[in-house]
Amino acid sequence: MNCDPYKRKPAQPKEPRLDLAQIRARLAELGGKQYWRCLEEIAGTDSFADFVHREFPAGVSEWRDDISRRHFVRIMGASFALAGLGACTKQPVEKIVPYVKQPPEVTPGKALYFATAMTFGGFGLGVIATSHEGRPTKIEGNPDHPASLGATSVFAQASVLDLYDPDRSQALLHGGEPSNWEAFLSAMNTEMAVQKMTQGAKVRILTQSVASPTLRSQLQALLTAWPAAKWCQWDPITRDNVREGARLAFGQIVETHYQFDKADMIVALDSDFLFTHPASLRYARQFADRRRVKQGGTATMNRMYAAEPTPSMTGVMADHRLPIAASEIEALARALAAEMGIATAASDAHAAWVRAAATDLHQHAGKSIVIAGEGQPASVHALAHQINESLGNIGRTIVYTLVIEPSPVSQLDSLRALTNDMKSGSVDLLVMLAGNPVFDAPADLDFAGALEKVRTCVRLGADENETSRYCHWHIPAAHYLESWSDALAFDGTASIVQPLLEPLYGGKTAHEVIDALLRQPGGDAYDIVRAYWASRNLFPDFEKSWRQALSDGVLPHTVLPVSPVTPAAGAANPNPAQAAQGLELVFRPDPATWDGSFNNNGWLQELARPITKLTWDNAALISPVLAERERLQDGDVIELNFRNRTVSAPVCIVPGQAENSVTVHLGYGRERTGRVGAGAGFNAYALRASDALWHGGGLQIRKTGATYPLSMTQKYHRMEGRDIIRVGLLDEFNANPRFIDALAEPRPGKEETLYNPKEFQYRGYKWGMSIDLNVCIGCNACTIACQAENNIPVVGKDQVARGRDMQWIRVDSYFRGSLDAPEIDHQPVPCMHCENAPCELVCPVGATMTDDEGLNVQVYNRCIGTRYCSNNCPYKVRRFNFLEFNAGMTLVQKMMKNPDVTVRSRGVMEKCTYCTQRINAARIPAEEADRKIRDGEIVTACQAACPTGAIVFGDLNDPDSRVSKLKAQPLDYWMLGELNTRPRTSYLAKLRNPNPELKS
Amino acid sequence: MGQLFSPRSNTIARASIACVALLIVGTAWVTDAVFWSPYTTWVGVPREQPVPFSHKHHVQGLGIDCRYCHTSVETSHYAGLPPTETCMTCHSRLWTQAALLEPVRQSLATGVPIQWNRVNDLPDFVYFDHSIHVNKGVGCVSCHGQVDEMPLTWKEHTLYMKWCLQCHRAPQDELRPREEVFNMAWQKPQNQQQLGTRLIAKYHVQVSHIENCSVCHH
Repeated sequence: MNCDPYKRKPAQPKEPRLDLAQIRARLAELGGKQYWRCLEEIAGTDSFADFVHREFPAGVSEWRDDISRRHFVRIMGASFALAGLGACTKQPVEKIVPYVKQPPEVTPGKALYFATAMTFGGFGLGVIATSHEGRPTKIEGNPDHPASLGATSVFAQASVLDLYDPDRSQALLHGGEPSNWEAFLSAMNTEMAVQKMTQGAKVRILTQSVASPTLRSQLQALLTAWPAAKWCQWDPITRDNVREGARLAFGQIVETHYQFDKADMIVALDSDFLFTHPASLRYARQFADRRRVKQGGTATMNRMYAAEPTPSMTGVMADHRLPIAASEIEALARALAAEMGIATAASDAHAAWVRAAATDLHQHAGKSIVIAGEGQPASVHALAHQINESLGNIGRTIVYTLVIEPSPVSQLDSLRALTNDMKSGSVDLLVMLAGNPVFDAPADLDFAGALEKVRTCVRLGADENETSRYCHWHIPAAHYLESWSDALAFDGTASIVQPLLEPLYGGKTAHEVIDALLRQPGGDAYDIVRAYWASRNLFPDFEKSWRQALSDGVLPHTVLPVSPVTPAAGAANPNPAQAAQGLELVFRPDPATWDGSFNNNGWLQELARPITKLTWDNAALISPVLAERERLQDGDVIELNFRNRTVSAPVCIVPGQAENSVTVHLGYGRERTGRVGAGAGFNAYALRASDALWHGGGLQIRKTGATYPLSMTQKYHRMEGRDIIRVGLLDEFNANPRFIDALAEPRPGKEETLYNPKEFQYRGYKWGMSIDLNVCIGCNACTIACQAENNIPVVGKDQVARGRDMQWIRVDSYFRGSLDAPEIDHQPVPCMHCENAPCELVCPVGATMTDDEGLNVQVYNRCIGTRYCSNNCPYKVRRFNFLEFNAGMTLVQKMMKNPDVTVRSRGVMEKCTYCTQRINAARIPAEEADRKIRDGEIVTACQAACPTGAIVFGDLNDPDSRVSKLKAQPLDYWMLGELNTRPRTSYLAKLRNPNPELKS
Repeated sequence: MGQLFSPRSNTIARASIACVALLIVGTAWVTDAVFWSPYTTWVGVPREQPVPFSHKHHVQGLGIDCRYCHTSVETSHYAGLPPTETCMTCHSRLWTQAALLEPVRQSLATGVPIQWNRVNDLPDFVYFDHSIHVNKGVGCVSCHGQVDEMPLTWKEHTLYMKWCLQCHRAPQDELRPREEVFNMAWQKPQNQQQLGTRLIAKYHVQVSHIENCSVCHH
């Protein structure tokens, strides 16, 4: 079977090719001052000018069919005339279906909120799930949970879509044929009777990282019952290196907890702690707290140095970002360690950067953090621990605890041992709890081949994937919103996972499957989880504590205590690894589909990836230098040859990518997935080898000559090179807090208008929003939160390529400086809710207008789809329903929609509403109580999700509201304010805090 | 070449023009009439129900308060329709054998809800909230009519936006003291305008705001 989509694609008609040398020359001319968003922009190609000139890209507005639009209209005129009569049909009779017995906690029409937890990457994330009459529709963070602090990741936001995925596995299968749970139990009964004779010597359980203490205790019980059985673990985004690094440094495996709120100086060694770390939401909050410019006195900020092969969310936040190959990080860490006086084999690579970082670290000893990424080898982690130790950071900015697992294992070794056992035929029964090892195990282990030798293979999984094809029994897994379970956060805090609804498709939890193996017929997940916590004897009054835990979402007294560590002798001098020669291949989890488990999630597929703005695909990310050398353009298909395995992939040129590193995102190119993920991207796992899990040298690339269309949103919704994003330096700000304004045209006065400036006074509430660019890390959580809250449809790759993406808040990335090491800045852009809104003046039917609180409202039932408003919007934030994007929804998919927001149909314009439904939800109880809405009572969906608190919404007429105070700051600016649109959304300009000694 | 059109043609032409004009006006008139007729609006048309529930009997005859069944009207956007259990609080003892109530007994026995036909239906892009209206002194009767006199319930008003806006623009015409909201017999006093104006101030009704699109359309 040929699953390689790139071989089948015909060459696309070509745009004129980009000349990177010419782009470099232009950038040099501009002197590093100008911001740019994509390479075509600097090149100034004709096609790009044309692209920007149009409101929507070419082909969006036109009828692209063989018969011309005019001809079509002529022949269809009569039909249209008759079709108009369709509107004259009577409204159909609706049914009202009340309860038979109404549950006491339900008030019809009022949402309920449940504290539960989502397991992600082997750790729990506390969330609050909204339930409308039993239908979960929205996920918010749990402010009491240490890993969330009220924020959510894109994955948590999008997890609710997975619940309603029509491609979810819906039946228990035996040999691919529908079967049932009783048949499975009886088959297991027979199997267990046989295996018992050998004490389970031929039984293996394969799990991912286990966050559930109940499941862990069940597995322990299983291993006690069958002492010869084995429990193996594999998670493709494994934290083996982190743990091994701790073992090297301290002789024992400990979890490192950073306190970024106490750190003035941070050095990130290929670490994306703002996104991929299990505590990333917490760290993002803490990091932002030291980044935010506070009122009064001299402003201070932390400073961050980052070295990494490919621009990550953390890296682009750094004041000094050094793009170097992943394999060079170790040498850099050694050089840094040598500067700290640690004896190690150091080189003098990147001496200026290292010296500057070292000086800063020395000056902030005890108030600094050096952190290494999951992809870096254990030795780099050990070095980071030693540097932190030598700086006296331990106990101040860094504490250690035991890891949440009582006996952590190396997952790679565990998987390798399992594969070897399977190959030698010594596995009769393999039970896989979630995971997809056939797809995501290192290619050299040949997991699929080994699996064929297993006599009985059982898999619990949410979908039928590559692995279930090899399994004799496939059991549909319950979604976390359908399950009773529990999960530990990175710091040991336990949460109970509670269901909001019965499993839609009779899914089972891991607890029930393991219990069925332990004692037939097996118990219910609720009883199992409850019994486990009752047996822990943590609480004097269990019933009361249990109920409290279900309400709060966290169990008290479960945080791991700080454990003292002592440095292990001789850790500093393991043999230094050689940096790779030639090209290096770097593997990273995809910022939207992660390890591939979110592959069938439309919201995430369509999410523009940070920095590349790529949707619906992964690509080989290459540096501009490599592109020049190999004469490659975006979308050119290359063959990646790595460790004798070959995969074809389209390239994407990323400014700021390390010269000789090619980054591939995992989790794409699924062979068996749902309708959403099918055919998207290439499989990077096919290149991943157990000796190069994260990166490795010796990559060869070959241009195939084919091209592949990539859908990147970066070019759309553009505002020609105007003063859109403002970035300055901390020192400039301290010298003159209003320096940002001095650079720009002054704000026009309110009276500078042709209309009566006194006409609208906004005497009641006056809604406004402030977005702090200084702390926006570009994680996209706002975009997905908005999509979930506002019933925004998914349009598909082809539609995105035509510029018909529908997300109401986008995160733009701006580049400045050289192609090879640019500064990168993010800017979230929702509707600005202009007081003098250009969109309103051109609407022929009054479908968009400002209300008396200053909301620029879009009235769907008035809109006739002229799109004049979008044409006249200088911010390009309006989205048009070109097609009936909500057509063909199944009944189950309809359950997901937020009942408080209209589902828009074809031909209607839409855009950010400032979550007007949330405003009304706060207004009504306030009005009923005869009081004003309090500050902070209305939290927009984007604001709620934001991990750094960059977005603040509130009443501008209240001088004490948070948003008023933020807007009074000197960094506050209006985007395109010179147009006198008087936007209600304003930005706080971004400051960087570079080391004056180091010219980056 | 002879004349193509005889003098009569002028008359025919004029008559045709007049006919076309009449046709257009007539069509418009018929359309308008149909649009506002009970055929389209359902105003005054009793809706068939699986159980012929009589508000007249329960409210006027027995004196049951609206909120006994419509429990969430004061707290939620949705007034609520009673679960089968509520019916059975009385009907487990009264009329236990009545054939009319068979669907109710069936529902309780089988756990399958009764499917009622909606009488007052708004389009899906309208977000009406009962609780705020009730709390600001809009009586049930103002929108639903004298439900206590309806054997089978019908729609009293069109519930078109035009109709909503009458009151949103001049709430003083309809407001009544909060304690009279559920009183089906309350009559507007002579000085309704003054009373309404006083209540607007007392209940802090934001008259300038409630005309905004965003109040009802999300």
